[in-house]
Amino acid sequence: MLPTALCAWVALMLALPAYAVDNVPPLPNAQLQQRYYQLTHELRCMQCQNEALADSPVGLAADLRLQVRELLIAGQTDEQIRQHMVDRYGEFILFRPRMSWRNAWLWGAPVVLMLLGVMVAWRVIRSRSQLVDAEEADPNAESLNS
Amino acid sequence: MTRFLLPLGAFALLVVVLIVGLRHAPEKDIIPSPLIGKSAPQFSLHNLFEGRPEVGNVALRGRWSLVNVWGTWCFECKAEHEALLFIKREGKVPIIGIDWKDNDADAQSWLEQLGNPYDAVGTDHDGRVAIDWGVYGAPESFLISPEGKIVEKRVGAMTPQIWQQKFLPHLQAAIGPGGL
Repeated sequence: MLPTALCAWVALMLALPAYAVDNVPPLPNAQLQQRYYQLTHELRCMQCQNEALADSPVGLAADLRLQVRELLIAGQTDEQIRQHMVDRYGEFILFRPRMSWRNAWLWGAPVVLMLLGVMVAWRVIRSRSQLVDAEEADPNAESLNS
Repeated sequence: MTRFLLPLGAFALLVVVLIVGLRHAPEKDIIPSPLIGKSAPQFSLHNLFEGRPEVGNVALRGRWSLVNVWGTWCFECKAEHEALLFIKREGKVPIIGIDWKDNDADAQSWLEQLGNPYDAVGTDHDGRVAIDWGVYGAPESFLISPEGKIVEKRVGAMTPQIWQQKFLPHLQAAIGPGGL
């Protein structure tokens, strides 16, 4: 019987290494690499649309990753790089949309709805509790209970 | 009676919102380009045909033109080729091609076989110019005004219908129906 350890070793040798999608060369230092990682995860792949730039095997995503790398090396800030992409592809490329007057209602709507709900609840509770008060004050209601 | 009025009003509002949403649904796939109304990005590309001049913003100045981003690897580009030939025959605007991440020899034989609708074709081998134009899915077509501004954009195959309904009106509005 072939020892299990040998089988495992053969299987390991035959296994193909897993290839990462991202084949952009690493950045010169860890700090830039970290920023590169963050940016490519918060920018959208425009072709697949629900994937981040970092995870997409599409050609355009690879080109855009390369551009993020170049802009980082050129010394641009994260915000400048985001703007560079927004200028070309629109805000859709950002997974985290920016606040603006155009979408302010979207950010404000939950707060407004919440306040509205509290107001309705408040009024309902108050009217119900008044109903109970009125019942207790009514002597006929009491006689019915006994 | 009044206690039903508020929920009914809310429901009616919801119906209106949903109907408006449904009517705009076909446009939801198309991401509006931030470049519309702005100047065409600066670019300069080698001509697909050796010995001919560089293809860049100079080719767009002083006249209406259509910039078309394509590639021989792009399936939809073959589907729209007839439409581009139609626009060329119509003769209202010259078409400037940007051959996106393509092989020159493939592109040359493609134009030889299918006919060449382009006034000039620049080769964007590394895809940098396409990124500056905000291209994300070939084919894409841009209508450029004589001042070099992007007036209209189409993502996906061009058709004679789209050309006549979405693109030509811009020319007609600027030049007047008698001018064309």
